[in-house]
Amino acid sequence: MPAVSKGDGMRGLAVFISDIRNCKSKEAEIKRINKELANIRSKFKGDKALDGYSKKKYVCKLLFIFLLGHDIDFGHMEAVNLLSSNKYTEKQIGYLFISVLVNSNSELIRLINNAIKNDLASRNPTFMCLALHCIANVGSREMGEAFAADIPRILVAGDSMDSVKQSAALCLLRLYKASPDLVPMGEWTARVVHLLNDQHMGVVTAAVSLITCLCKKNPDDFKTCISLAVSRLSRIVSSASTDLQDYTYYFVPAPWLSVKLLRLLQCYPPPEDAAVKGRLVECLETVLNKAQEPPKSKKVQHSNAKNAILFETISLIIHYDSEPNLLVRACNQLGQFLQHRETNLRYLALESMCTLASSEFSHEAVKTHIDTVINALKTERDVSVRQRAADLLYAMCDRSNAKQIVSEMLRYLETADYAIREEIVLKVAILAEKYAVDYSWYVDTILNLIRIAGDYVSEEVWYRVLQIVTNRDDVQGYAAKTVFEALQAPACHENMVKVGGYILGEFGNLIAGDPRSSPPVQFSLLHSKFHLCSVATRALLLSTYIKFINLFPETKATIQGVLRAGSQLRNADVELQQRAVEYLTLSSVASTDVLATVLEEMPPFPERESSILAKLKRKKGPGAGSALDDGRRDPSSNDINGGVEPTPSTVSTPSPSADLLGLRAAPPPAAAPATSGAGNLLVDVFSDGPAAQPSLGPTPEEAFLSELEPPAPESPMALLADPAPAADPGPEDIGPPIPEADELLNKFVCKNNGVLFENQLLQIGVKSEFRQNLGRMYLFYGNKTSVQFQNFSPTVVHPGDLQTQLAVQTKRVAAQVDGGAQVQQVLNIECLRDFLTPPLLSVRFRYGGAPQSLTLKLPVTINKFFQPTEMAAQDFFQRWKQLSLPQQEAQKIFKANHPMDAEVTKAKLLGFGSALLDNVDPNPENFVGAGIIQTKALQVGCLLRLEPNAQAQMYRLTLRTSKEPVSRHLCELLAQQF
Amino acid sequence: MQFMLLFSRQGKLRLQKWYVPLSDKEKKKITRELVQTVLARKPKMCSFLEWRDLKIVYKRYASLYFCCAIEDQDNELITLEIIHRYVELLDKYFGSVCELDIIFNFEKAYFILDEFLLGGEVQETSKKNVLKAIEQADLLQEKTETMYHSRSFIGCKKAY
Repeated sequence: MPAVSKGDGMRGLAVFISDIRNCKSKEAEIKRINKELANIRSKFKGDKALDGYSKKKYVCKLLFIFLLGHDIDFGHMEAVNLLSSNKYTEKQIGYLFISVLVNSNSELIRLINNAIKNDLASRNPTFMCLALHCIANVGSREMGEAFAADIPRILVAGDSMDSVKQSAALCLLRLYKASPDLVPMGEWTARVVHLLNDQHMGVVTAAVSLITCLCKKNPDDFKTCISLAVSRLSRIVSSASTDLQDYTYYFVPAPWLSVKLLRLLQCYPPPEDAAVKGRLVECLETVLNKAQEPPKSKKVQHSNAKNAILFETISLIIHYDSEPNLLVRACNQLGQFLQHRETNLRYLALESMCTLASSEFSHEAVKTHIDTVINALKTERDVSVRQRAADLLYAMCDRSNAKQIVSEMLRYLETADYAIREEIVLKVAILAEKYAVDYSWYVDTILNLIRIAGDYVSEEVWYRVLQIVTNRDDVQGYAAKTVFEALQAPACHENMVKVGGYILGEFGNLIAGDPRSSPPVQFSLLHSKFHLCSVATRALLLSTYIKFINLFPETKATIQGVLRAGSQLRNADVELQQRAVEYLTLSSVASTDVLATVLEEMPPFPERESSILAKLKRKKGPGAGSALDDGRRDPSSNDINGGVEPTPSTVSTPSPSADLLGLRAAPPPAAAPATSGAGNLLVDVFSDGPAAQPSLGPTPEEAFLSELEPPAPESPMALLADPAPAADPGPEDIGPPIPEADELLNKFVCKNNGVLFENQLLQIGVKSEFRQNLGRMYLFYGNKTSVQFQNFSPTVVHPGDLQTQLAVQTKRVAAQVDGGAQVQQVLNIECLRDFLTPPLLSVRFRYGGAPQSLTLKLPVTINKFFQPTEMAAQDFFQRWKQLSLPQQEAQKIFKANHPMDAEVTKAKLLGFGSALLDNVDPNPENFVGAGIIQTKALQVGCLLRLEPNAQAQMYRLTLRTSKEPVSRHLCELLAQQF
Repeated sequence: MQFMLLFSRQGKLRLQKWYVPLSDKEKKKITRELVQTVLARKPKMCSFLEWRDLKIVYKRYASLYFCCAIEDQDNELITLEIIHRYVELLDKYFGSVCELDIIFNFEKAYFILDEFLLGGEVQETSKKNVLKAIEQADLLQEKTETMYHSRSFIGCKKAY
């Protein structure tokens, strides 16, 4: 077949294109184009009316010129004229020009829309399709306004041709994406869903895309699509390769449609109807089985199409995250691909495994592939594949393999591509922090990072190591020793100098006893790097020097000499000069006491989300920190380093693995945690409390404590004028809880963090964490006004017997809360035995002279001390039977207060604290859970079962526990949540 | 799919189809960046890469690169086969298609693409149905028009 015999050759156009191709230089090309533009312009402007063919040819030339990358500023009108030609090819070229060169010139848009309207009404399917293509290609708001209402009609009209339906569906999709508000939902939506049943596979293919997009915003309206999609999918998956004729692609039946249907199903939770779900699971299994069959063709198209369906199937399995069996099979399948000779498959397997790693069912299965993945990181030739391997290692990392993974990533870093170094550095830093069992390993890892890839270690990373070392006194000596050694290297990275300077300035005294690292040696080591460093680092080092004067009086003369040198005192850089002058003066005029106070060791940093994690998230978009995201529950790893929010998470549980993200070594439950108001400590040092009397040369230990320990509750705050009540008020002093206290409490039954209370003056936020029978709660009191609160005093009161059931230790907070400021109060909670009523929180203060008081229920309910228990079905039933005394069971049947969504229910039950047991209840709609309530005196085993009835919009909740009041109480608490 | 680009080994853009609204300036910038990135990759490398917040799927056929940008949740392998099916359609229509066919008949390449993909989604996967639509259109054309015979192009094609 000759090249251009098809269609309508336009000789002039072909000649022009040849000319352009023959141009030897860019200039020649531009010259030729300008000549042509002049020619076309004169033709368009000429007196002689152009015939359709010429018009088409010139418009096509203009289009070609535009596509070459040149600007076109005329010809639009001629193109619009072509739209109303009754010759198909002229019309077609007109539409193409409009599609490519849209111009929101209002006059033209009106003309264009007019032409489109005519074609849509023409009942000529070819013309209708052209018009629909144009709308879909342009997709502008103007077109949406003009046609969004007509297209649904065309789509569902009984007499529309198949090809028109297809175009209409995708045209509507494009308009909906551009301006969803313009597409009215209505009676047509139900009929669109039924297009899934259409006989014409092309219509189904187009319709699925539309439905997938629409259902995301209106899931309920399109819910019926689930069963239709499943049955369609099932028919395709089980069909023989020849059944679908032209829709079979290299022996794979309808791969595009299959993938789209699987995508559609990912918009919904698993089907509720058991029969539909069974059929779907069968489909998924068939796809997994087919993957094991020998290929029907050696062509790559065959395997690609087949595997496209397989990967989409795995995505759906991961999306459901409820079929352990399928998840593990998916993982095994991907494991095979990890060593496939096709690079594409290895890449996708690594990528897909990353999401599998975050499911609790398959996390362990993914971990078994660690050696293959490490090998991929070392040997893959394509950087994008190595990147995936690094991502997967990050995702599969937990405490059991952290050391191995971090060391492999460090090794990889030495040769890693520049493009991904920074990301690897961040990942290593996060993993080292999250899974550190001992801090020396963490410090070593970060210093190694700086050594290997100093240029890529961002501020966030080295700030973080300083924060952690500052906040953890058990690693400070080690850190000082290690940086001292690292600085010995003849060429060390400037970031190392920064970290070294800071750490030695704070904790250099801890290694000063060793003559090899005596103060003068430390100083001369640091100062030997000084001249090679940037201004910022020098400024930091100057601060280190003045700190040395305080730490090591014997270095004072030397350091003053350095500060006094002309190169410092008259430094051209203002910052350096100012520091030198001020530090020199400070060291000369201030008494040792004052010096010791001013240059006190830095207070611990207030905890917040790890800045590194925030950075990684920024870099990679949401979901990047997936390994750290709270999605994964990892019951085995006893993960006290916190999830995504390394907020003040130190639960005071003595634990072999200490808490790196928390602030200090976890103290025994009774000991005071050292976190309160850490942010303001510098100010506090000068204003009040024992810390205001600086001791001469305090040992770091003392300094640390004196700074951190707020005034003991029984000592009156001497320096504060406002008399604060010295002792907790008795219960008789406080008012009854506010009317909405119960409702507020209910909000926190299934969650631990949030806003507890808010009015015009005050906001109270809660963050809490519970482990076994212990808990720690942070209350954040925010002053929403611009006026200071005075006599601010929040207290916790135990009504009735609660004193013997629950121990709550509070810390006093500052009696004044400035306008706009927030104060934090830490509560240590210990559950002694089971309890029914929550403690009360009474908050009093004076606002503008008027006393304010408020009593709330503290969100501490018995279920907070739940420990989830996994068990097999038979164990569950055995225990269920054991708890068969009538008083051990509590049951409630109640109406749903919220939409009945299985995912939400699941989340609530997990939030409630029990484990969710799959495959226990014969009815998959039901939820079954188990857990143990941990109190100091006793443990209470609990089993629960929740049976939703979607038709009646009712639930039946049954609880069985070994203690009667607990069953009833839990039942009441939980029933209010749905 | 957000867009599809066809470009030669020399980096010349042969076809561009955008399914998201972008300014001409942005389009040019994206094209420049992507052409450079893809051309720098060695054969045997993986056909997928992350680029900005999109996934790029590309494949080379003779002197032409076909390159699609898809969104995060889109399927890479099926996109690879979208490319292949489009190549098959061009091949069937032009008869062992080559780069020159697409240069000289760029409008046809666009028409075929519109029948196959619309708004970035697959509209019709049956080769027969797509070509039927295009051929019907060809039949509609005027017989009176001076037909251009393409002998010289065949020669040109061979020499290329």
